[in-house]
Amino acid sequence: MSILIENLTKKFGTFTAVDQLSLTVNDGELLALLGPSGCGKTTLLRMIAGLENPDQGTIKFHENENQVTENRIGFVFQHYALFRHMTVFENVAFGLKVKPRSIRPSKEAIRSKVFDLLKMVQLDWAVNRLPSELSGGQRQRVALARALAIEPKVLLLDEPFGALDAKVRKELRRWLRHLHDELKITSVFVTHDQEEALEVSDRIVIMNQGKILQQGTPEEVYAHPANPFVFNFLGNVNLFHGRIENGEANQVGFVRPHDISIEVTPNGLDRFEAVVDRVFSIGNLTRVELKLTESGRFVDSEISKETFDKLQIKTGDKVFIKLNKIKVFQADQNQPEYSI
Amino acid sequence: MSQHKTHKLNRPGEGKLTKFVLISVALVFLSVFLVLPLITVFYQAFKFGIQPYLGYLSDPMTISAIQITLISATTAVILNTIFGIAAAWLISKFEFPGKKIILTLIDLPLTISPVIIGIIFVFLVGVHGYWGEFFASRGIKIIFAVPGIVLATTFVTFSFVARELIPHMQGQGNEEEEAAILLGASGFKTFFLITLPKIKWSLLYGIILCNARACGEFGAVSVVSGHIRGLTNTLSLHIEILYNEYNIVAAFAVASILTVLALITLIVKKLMEYSESRDLEALEPAIAEVKA
Repeated sequence: MSILIENLTKKFGTFTAVDQLSLTVNDGELLALLGPSGCGKTTLLRMIAGLENPDQGTIKFHENENQVTENRIGFVFQHYALFRHMTVFENVAFGLKVKPRSIRPSKEAIRSKVFDLLKMVQLDWAVNRLPSELSGGQRQRVALARALAIEPKVLLLDEPFGALDAKVRKELRRWLRHLHDELKITSVFVTHDQEEALEVSDRIVIMNQGKILQQGTPEEVYAHPANPFVFNFLGNVNLFHGRIENGEANQVGFVRPHDISIEVTPNGLDRFEAVVDRVFSIGNLTRVELKLTESGRFVDSEISKETFDKLQIKTGDKVFIKLNKIKVFQADQNQPEYSI
Repeated sequence: MSQHKTHKLNRPGEGKLTKFVLISVALVFLSVFLVLPLITVFYQAFKFGIQPYLGYLSDPMTISAIQITLISATTAVILNTIFGIAAAWLISKFEFPGKKIILTLIDLPLTISPVIIGIIFVFLVGVHGYWGEFFASRGIKIIFAVPGIVLATTFVTFSFVARELIPHMQGQGNEEEEAAILLGASGFKTFFLITLPKIKWSLLYGIILCNARACGEFGAVSVVSGHIRGLTNTLSLHIEILYNEYNIVAAFAVASILTVLALITLIVKKLMEYSESRDLEALEPAIAEVKA
């Protein structure tokens, strides 16, 4: 099932949450809506689910080119929204039990289906538990099983891993990816975590202030960010202000920390002098904070532990940095200055 | 040693004398204002023994008063449960202009003197009231009849259910209901399978308070009832009449019914608080996790 969204607008009072937005979600893809909080991504998701009514615009669901009106939507909430007074079994069975009598499966059919789903989310041992007796990760898996029970044509996930700790989040992320590869349900998930979006999705839609800034595969958006906001949002970044090469004023150069290398003696002309301010290592990665001698601004460099050991530098040493890759944008007066 | 000393520092209320005085004051107050009247009710009621007591209770006038009280309390509870849930639903799940005004209006019956409520009804639907003509011409008698009593009782007890539900429903949010709707449940099923179990304790609590107040209501009912014995007398009005006729023992005998009802209300309320705290305990790990 594909979703066609056209000119969607939603206002809350004077605040425009979603602004003239058009988007197509292709059949069977796993799409990430990425953006800072308040950018309208959750409102967009809730409108697709039918939980909010758009002020303007349309959302259409298509199956093999034919528009469908009856569609089954599975929705996974950030805080699980499990029915607290029901057991895990009753939660998962709910969507089947409330079906009209004429199309409701038999008791045995419901039972076997619920057990299949719980086996799939590896929680068949917890059938008779209450949600309060499960951990956050387990609860979110129950919520997913519950959403899948009605065999949805579209699966919508609202920051599904947002309330979980880092380790569980990573595990569930991988698990969701596998699940999607297996079931091929058209899925849209909302996140503010760029790493999550880059790792899990087939396609990323980056939003800000109710509008889409860029969409594409994770590789595309990371390698070719369309504007400073996207560049900044997708990872750490260093800024270099000023005239660059062609002499145009008010340009900003964006450089990722791993694109800055450090030299003890300058091996060329385009080197900037800097002083090592702080050094810290995480695993095989060493992050060096440097203060540029000329402008007094701080920049971050990420180099391997091996390279760092070879350089033999410490806090207070004078070094030279080389920008290996720089992306130049016209400085936008309206955009706030990004700092790291 | 120094730590030991700090423990010995006199904190306010820690001295033995203070403790003794405070407890004594509380006990004396409780006995004079609560226990003593309670004992008096039963002492007076059984003054002439159990046989006359039963006689007073089985008096046709008393039976009729019990019936009217039951009719008005039951109707008030049913109506206010429906209105209360509707009002709480409206206020906790929707944003709309004028919400604050509705919230204030819900509290109105608690802040107006019941006598005034009674008079308002007389002015509105009494024979000489604004709409009196309308009802009188159709042969419907409201004031000085049972409908008036039901109306007044319902108005006076309107706030209880809604007030209990609103904070509870606001705190719980809508996500479970949204999940149920998205899973294909109808609004009807969502209410009975999801919302009702979530609010059951505060709902029951509100109903019990509403019922207790409805049974004991005096002021508003006194104005609209007309005190027609056997026809429009509720228990509390019947007690007043008996008392004014110097039929003290009979008055206390009937009063003992309302007293027993009050005691039962207290016990049920206590039991419910216990069950609710047990339910909450089961939820505690969940709440802690969400907070973390």
